[in-house]
Amino acid sequence: MNVRSSGTQPIRVEQDVVLARQTARKLATECGMRLVDLTKMVTAVSELARNTVVYGGGGDMDWEIIDDFGRIGLRLVFRDEGPGIPDIKLALTDGWTSGGGLGLGLTGARRLVDEFELDTAPGEGTRITVTRWT
Amino acid sequence: MERIPILKMGDFLLVTIQVDMYDQLALTLQDDLTERISRTSARGVLIDITALDMVDSFIGRMIDTISSLSKIMDAETVLVGMQPAVAITLVELGLYLPGVSTALDVERGMKLLEQRVRL
Ligand SMILES: Nc1ncnc2c1ncn2[C@@H]1O[C@H](COP(=O)(O)OP(=O)(O)O)[C@@H](O)[C@H]1O
Ligand SMILES: [Mg+2]
Repeated sequence: MNVRSSGTQPIRVEQDVVLARQTARKLATECGMRLVDLTKMVTAVSELARNTVVYGGGGDMDWEIIDDFGRIGLRLVFRDEGPGIPDIKLALTDGWTSGGGLGLGLTGARRLVDEFELDTAPGEGTRITVTRWT
Repeated sequence: MERIPILKMGDFLLVTIQVDMYDQLALTLQDDLTERISRTSARGVLIDITALDMVDSFIGRMIDTISSLSKIMDAETVLVGMQPAVAITLVELGLYLPGVSTALDVERGMKLLEQRVRL
């Protein structure tokens, strides 16, 4: 698997969520993603970036355009050094929120991408990797 | 502070969302709209999201809240202009907006509101 291009951008404040969506849209377009797939990916980005700000206390989004034997994909990593998620199973339940949200961000994002990886531990921050192939 | 404008059209209020939504803007709109409904005794609210290329759970909840608030204040809400890709994504996200009526465009939305209000 080849990495064609990559980068990082900060996700510290609310406005960064908008910027993260814009970057994801631009990258997905570069990948040649269909409109529906692009919309799904951008929506997942919105949910995950918001969590990074609200629950993770801010962090970064790493992006990569990858090429797997001609198959092009967009891979994004949302990482923070916040409190982490104590109960992953609970957090991945539709409708569960520790705040005042709808509790659809993590589960929804997982449904909207092709690959979803959650790496977190209490006190160790959170790292979520999502990939969408074209 | 940036605000989403609310237009009065007869007995109805029209909100056209044309900017990249962020959370504070959504909350401000909720407050502004509630205040306008009560001040103008509007019977209906049209929310036009033709320009939105994405609706996440935050915006979805805002739409749902506006619709519930309007109902309490005796006004109907109709959501218009949702792009097909956005609709597909919303369902997969798990957001069904059960209490929200939708129409294809502003014109049809107005007709729907008129019917509702006359009932
Ligand atoms: N980056 C993160 N750091 C710590 N906790 C998180 C993070 N992302 C999500 N969570 C936890 O998972 C829960 C579910 O998240 P989500 O599905 O996005 O719902 P919501 O944002 O509506 O609460 C959150 O309420 C929070 O407790
Ligand atoms: Mg969330």
